[in-house]
Amino acid sequence: MLAKRAARAADGAPLGIRMRVNPVAKTVLQRLGLGLVTLFIVSIIIFSAIAMLPGDFAKATLGQSATPETVAALQHEIGLDRPPIQRYFSWIGKMAQGDFGSSFASRTGYRRTVAEIIAPRLYNTMFLAVMTALVAVPLALGLGILAALYRNSWFDRLVNTVTLTTISFPEFFVAYILAFLIISRDTFAGTQFAQSLPVWLAVSINWTLNVVPKFPTLANISDQTPFWEHVWRAALPSITLTLVIVAHMMRMTRAAIINMLSSPYIDMARLKGMRPMVIVLRHALPNAWAPIVTVVAFNLAYLIVGVVVVEVVFVYPGVGQLMVDAVKSRDVPVVQACALVFAATYILLNLIADIISIATNPRLLHPR
Amino acid sequence: MSESEYKLRIAQSLVGRGKVSRRDFIHLGVAAGLTVAAADQIFVTTARAQPQQGGFAKLGMAHGATTDSIDPAGYPDTFTQTAFSGAMSNSLTEVDAKGGIQPDLAESFESSNGAKTWVFKLRKGATFHNGKTVTADDVVTSMRYHMGADTKSAAKSLLEPVSDIKADGPETVVFTLNSGNADFPYIVSDYHFVIMPSVEGKADWASGARTGAFVLENFQPGVSAKLKRNPNYFKNGKPYLDEVEFIAITDLAARMAALSTGEVDYIGRADLKTLGMLKRNPKIEIIEITGYGHYTLPMNVTMAPFDNPDVRMAMKWAINRQEIADKIFLGHATVANDDPIAPAIKFYKNPQPQHSFDPEKARHYLKKAGMEKLKVDLSVADAAFAGAVDAAALIRETAAQCGIDVNVVREAEDAYWDNVWLKKPWCASYWSGRATADWMFTQAFAAESSWNESFWKNPRFNELLVKARAETDEAKRADMYGEMQQLTHDDGGSIVLVFNNFVSAKSKKLAHGDVAPNWENDGLKMAERWWTAEA
Repeated sequence: MLAKRAARAADGAPLGIRMRVNPVAKTVLQRLGLGLVTLFIVSIIIFSAIAMLPGDFAKATLGQSATPETVAALQHEIGLDRPPIQRYFSWIGKMAQGDFGSSFASRTGYRRTVAEIIAPRLYNTMFLAVMTALVAVPLALGLGILAALYRNSWFDRLVNTVTLTTISFPEFFVAYILAFLIISRDTFAGTQFAQSLPVWLAVSINWTLNVVPKFPTLANISDQTPFWEHVWRAALPSITLTLVIVAHMMRMTRAAIINMLSSPYIDMARLKGMRPMVIVLRHALPNAWAPIVTVVAFNLAYLIVGVVVVEVVFVYPGVGQLMVDAVKSRDVPVVQACALVFAATYILLNLIADIISIATNPRLLHPR
Repeated sequence: MSESEYKLRIAQSLVGRGKVSRRDFIHLGVAAGLTVAAADQIFVTTARAQPQQGGFAKLGMAHGATTDSIDPAGYPDTFTQTAFSGAMSNSLTEVDAKGGIQPDLAESFESSNGAKTWVFKLRKGATFHNGKTVTADDVVTSMRYHMGADTKSAAKSLLEPVSDIKADGPETVVFTLNSGNADFPYIVSDYHFVIMPSVEGKADWASGARTGAFVLENFQPGVSAKLKRNPNYFKNGKPYLDEVEFIAITDLAARMAALSTGEVDYIGRADLKTLGMLKRNPKIEIIEITGYGHYTLPMNVTMAPFDNPDVRMAMKWAINRQEIADKIFLGHATVANDDPIAPAIKFYKNPQPQHSFDPEKARHYLKKAGMEKLKVDLSVADAAFAGAVDAAALIRETAAQCGIDVNVVREAEDAYWDNVWLKKPWCASYWSGRATADWMFTQAFAAESSWNESFWKNPRFNELLVKARAETDEAKRADMYGEMQQLTHDDGGSIVLVFNNFVSAKSKKLAHGDVAPNWENDGLKMAERWWTAEA
């Protein structure tokens, strides 16, 4: 590649005269525009999907005790007696001005805006996602690089086996197993299983269990929870998510680097007598970023939009649970807002991944 | 009695009031000739048996949603009911642990004019959390909040028989009913009918100022609610706890784990399947109460084939209730007998004979109805009650042995109450039960009730219902309610399968007296009634 560019420069070919738009800026603008269109379509799909579900907020809240009159009174108060099209346009109109509207749980003199409902939940979700990413991404990259470096060694096999095992279990299963281990700290010694084991084994298992810190199985936090307690309480959900996402990123890192290592320029570096670690970090990795970053972005998006099961198991008040709650009670404004937040997250993370891919690839960064 | 034994007995009475430390007590016990362990045991039992002040309890509730609010028009499940009604508020009356009715915010109540007029005298000196004194006007406004054309209250139908409420001076409220109701004090004990301050003639629920044992400090819908002791509470010495936190833990396994690891001190609705594992934990106690709640399979008696009483009877004999109680509810349920009145309720009378699985009798009634074979649809979803779908599968098996082909239709859980209940000819349903026979019958069996789930309109039953309601002679009432229970058993359209037990679990750090069966969580009043024990 370098040789090619040098050759062209030697040809003395004239540079283009017309103004070039920076490819990064162009991508960003294009994608943001497309993103807005996507969000608009998402909002229509979500709105009609909820409209097609049986029941509405008034009936869902009143449940078994609903009478026709109370349902009608409640429907009137939250405006559900208006036709759906009218409701959609009045919502999207406000939305365009940055007003997320009010939850259907609002009553006269007691307004609960969607923004104030979502904000703390979104903070919690972001907190968990960032906390997990800070551990999982470096861990996955490190393991991936080491696995590529020592490929086909016992280390490579061990890492592959362990990560593939944790990704193969559904996340709720991993979560319950972790919770069970924490419970077993206190109860293992008293179980029949422990008593049926030889004493030395039972004692050493019990010792091992007690080495693990007693992470809280209940990650319920509030806006008054101090920072470090928040970290402590979110530990188990974060460990669960780390176990679930590491394999994907780790294997992509390993594959991308191994792919590079078979290129001729790496052979050249090797012939120069460079150390394998330097070859991987200085020569292979910079060219392998694009696929890795795509997978990392995909997993980060999952951390934000797809962790509802883990949230439920550990009672962590994030956006996922909020959205499920809102769908159950047909609280349309909240569902809409959650869906838009999720869609926007996907769009933005994919955009960032693409920008990094372009920035790390000179051919894309300086196109001819 | 030696001097040290005498001292020990005095000390024991002081322990109950929390005035002697464990260490001092054991010293005395050893001096009186007890072993350290025995003295410790006495200390712990005495300390637990007596309520003591102070402490903090975290209570894990089986419900909670982001749409929850402190508005008493709602209170859809145990989170809002226990926290905002039971802990934070009071109604005029309350149901005690024996199922009797006691004055709560009222001081006394009496009826006249054939139980058509009810006069409630309010407690003197009761105040709201904001310091305002509770007056009769507040009571009138609070009750009116659930009445009228534009109310959104789920409890509207309960107050339909009330024709007028008025204040008679600042401490007396007079209810006038359309027809006599000897059990009216039970109606006003409902968790929706909490007393709120009246602001410009409107019930002010949004400020959260109520009369209850606890003051709301922090509420995050669907997550938790923190409440602090009300120092001006009108009941002497209550509440015992300084602070309570209600935590919504809707996931069953998460709830069990939270109690096992000591994250919470109590959980509602324990997992029956893993209860055995919880029992092995020495720090945990299981509480099991047979409540008023029951699971039913209402048959619409206005539709064929259930319009034929003999078909209904055949169905009643074609179901193995014992097997359902044992296999679906793992023994944590009491077999019912097509009578919605729970054994703990006044005027309960077990109708005869007990309906059980008997293919002979089922075939006999089927033949009497002029049928050899019968094919019916049973619409179920676990939204009706957990285990409804499995119970329906068992029913299909037993009914097949009686020549009845039950086709189990699995309905969507969402909007089940909206699309299936009261719409399909035969479905599953749940009642949390009511504190009196009249209340239960009026809501689920009276001809004009909008929740008459089997559309059953038995003239004799409805005549008795009105008569018994206004009757004040206890013996006559007992006879009438007995006959009504027999009628629902013989002719009614509701198959009452089982009464469900409230199964909850708590850490030994919490202690309590007799647990009320009228609602879950000690009649929703656990925060006010329970205390911490040294354990």
